[in-house]
Amino acid sequence: MHLNSTFLLVIALAPLFGAIVAGLFRNQIGRAGSHWVTILGVGLSCVLSFYTLYQLVWGGAETYNENVYTWFRVGGIDAHVGFLIDRLTALMMCVVTFVSLMVHIYTIGYMADDPGYQRFFSYIALFTFSMLMLVMANNFLQLFFGWEAVGLVSYLLIGFWFKKPTAIFANMKAFLVNRVGDFGFLLGIAGVLLVFHTLDYAQVFAASDKLNGMTWEIIGGHPWSVATVICLCLFVGAMGKSAQVPLHVWLPDSMEGPTPISALIHAATMVTAGIFMVARMSPLFELSDTALSTVLVIGATTAFFTGAIGIVQNDIKRVVAYSTLSQLGYMTVALGVSAYSAAIFHLMTHAFFKALLFLGAGSVIIAMHHEQDMRYMGGLRRYMPITFITAWIGTLALVGMPGFAGYFSKDAIIEAVHESHRWGATYGYWCVLLGVFVTSTYSFRLLYLTFHGRERFVVEHEHSAKASAAHAKAESHGHAETHHEPDDHHDHHLPPGHLAHPPHESPWVVTVPLILLAIPSIIIGAMTVSSILHGDFFETAIRTSGHAEGAFSGWFGAMLEGFMQPPFWFALAGFAVSTYIYLFNPSIADRIQKAFHPIWTMLDRKYWFDPIYQAIFARGSLLLGRGLWKGGDVGVIDNVIIDGSAATVGRVAGIVRWIQSGYLYTYAFAMIIGLVVLLGGLWWVMRV
Amino acid sequence: MITLAHYIVLSTIVFCISVAGIFINRKNMIVLLMAIELMLLSVNMNFVAFSRFLGDASGQVFVFFILTVAAAESAIGLAILVVLFRNRATINVGELDSMKG
Repeated sequence: MHLNSTFLLVIALAPLFGAIVAGLFRNQIGRAGSHWVTILGVGLSCVLSFYTLYQLVWGGAETYNENVYTWFRVGGIDAHVGFLIDRLTALMMCVVTFVSLMVHIYTIGYMADDPGYQRFFSYIALFTFSMLMLVMANNFLQLFFGWEAVGLVSYLLIGFWFKKPTAIFANMKAFLVNRVGDFGFLLGIAGVLLVFHTLDYAQVFAASDKLNGMTWEIIGGHPWSVATVICLCLFVGAMGKSAQVPLHVWLPDSMEGPTPISALIHAATMVTAGIFMVARMSPLFELSDTALSTVLVIGATTAFFTGAIGIVQNDIKRVVAYSTLSQLGYMTVALGVSAYSAAIFHLMTHAFFKALLFLGAGSVIIAMHHEQDMRYMGGLRRYMPITFITAWIGTLALVGMPGFAGYFSKDAIIEAVHESHRWGATYGYWCVLLGVFVTSTYSFRLLYLTFHGRERFVVEHEHSAKASAAHAKAESHGHAETHHEPDDHHDHHLPPGHLAHPPHESPWVVTVPLILLAIPSIIIGAMTVSSILHGDFFETAIRTSGHAEGAFSGWFGAMLEGFMQPPFWFALAGFAVSTYIYLFNPSIADRIQKAFHPIWTMLDRKYWFDPIYQAIFARGSLLLGRGLWKGGDVGVIDNVIIDGSAATVGRVAGIVRWIQSGYLYTYAFAMIIGLVVLLGGLWWVMRV
Repeated sequence: MITLAHYIVLSTIVFCISVAGIFINRKNMIVLLMAIELMLLSVNMNFVAFSRFLGDASGQVFVFFILTVAAAESAIGLAILVVLFRNRATINVGELDSMKG
């Protein structure tokens, strides 16, 4: 049985069609038209993606690998547009289209008042198309096309509110940081092309043994393994896209964009492109222990240290953003210990529960009239029960409560790191283990600050003592730097913590996606753990060099075992700490903050990554640019070449013009002299 | 006995006078035209002298052509001079420097 190539084309092109219609004909089709056309497009690809997955897993369909179109042909290299559809791809397609569909529906509620409504739908549908092109690619060039296209859409959406200076700064930052990664990625692709003379996955992977023992002398006298060089370059690309330390700085800032895209692009799908790419390239990465160790160490660093920042953040979206960074670190660690299927498994479960958490945060933001600071929230569980319950489900999945989706995937990663003997695995193991504690702490902190405890906001028409209480609270927690102004199109006349109306549960278009995402957040792990991790789900899509499989006693047994594993106790410790500090004894938070002031400052300043980058790279490139401007452009091009050539002509002309006296006799004289010289010359030549 | 050399010397002297007339004359456009005529005459004189010396009549035929062309040229030159005087109210060569760079 074969997959139907028409269906595959429809999966990729339906969102593109929606994006074009919603983008170019936005005035003709109106607001409702734009969300219908994009939702139908994405919905169609979602249904067909699930059908494709069904065919591959249960229908016995073979892996589909065909070129559908030749893009261009240059220098003996064919650039095709083609699809490689195996189970890995199909799983990614389902995750992408499903989360995208949920986000589309949710956006109807979230962006209801926004003037850029149609533009937004056009962008997110375009994103879905780009991401599908990325995951469905059967060659490196198409992968790179999708890679850049999702980067572009991410840029457009972070700066969606283009009148907001912070948003413009953030999208520029995201774009520039991603350029660094993309440069590495491009070098990696170039390396592949150089060695294999083809960009087709199947051909490259089939010939990957060619890399064994092959070396390049990039710096004279130091032979480098080609596999390591290529894999490290490719991984630099993954670091940029999947926001790994030290290229992670763009992701927290990307929260300047509207919440639906934070959920879709900057949590569930686009940022996992790097993870997907490394998993897809597993036949290459398996050849280089050095590259995998690097992946492992960088992932572990990201997993623990960025998670720790989440503890001190006050912006609800930023907490979730740092959580995303940390979880991406987990996936990267899994890649580093060759547990690719665990990484993809975590990618999938994470997509559901992190999209859920983000959309929940968005729902809270709607209720708080676009206030994002958790210090002005609290007690919201009474106002918005559906958001409250789904946020709890998402949190339990995130911290790895046995039985929830996140437990199975995260536990598998920790287990794999524990068993690994790769260089750096011990460091990685401690990072991911402490990461569990940190994850649990910030997750429950978020829940408590948002949904539990006292109400730290004031509804404006009931002026009361609450107002001063809220202010006192805000100042005691106070830290101006992390506080972000609410989006300026809502309630900008009210001081922070003051609401014009009491908070309310969000409309059904918001809550239905929350519920639909909450369901997989609970069950998807238990449903699929046995086939993905312990079965042969990925068949040949992922190649590992003999990964030892532990005994597995079914999902229920694994769940029961979970209660006795160290990760669970770490999570429980985080829960306990968080509960004690933020639920029962809020004043202790300030005392801890004072007691651990250096650590707190370090976390609050995000390890000074931003100022360092600002000082070195931003200022450096500014200086370089200014040097080129003053020296190269003004100095050489303007002064020497353009003005200089004009001045030279002017000076020469100034001398020559004295010959042009304008008097007839001068010209006649010149003529006669010329004649004499000519005849004299002629005579001289012919004189023989 | 007047030899060919005498004619050639005379013609050279006339030519030099005409050249000097072009260069030295700073006042009058008409003198300029006259100098050009003189130049042509010196050439004619050479033609006639050589024609007689070599016994070839074609030199004298050339002279007729040159005289005809010179007459036409003087007519055009004088016409231009008249128009020039109407426009500029001067025929002073020193003031006609509009081509000065």
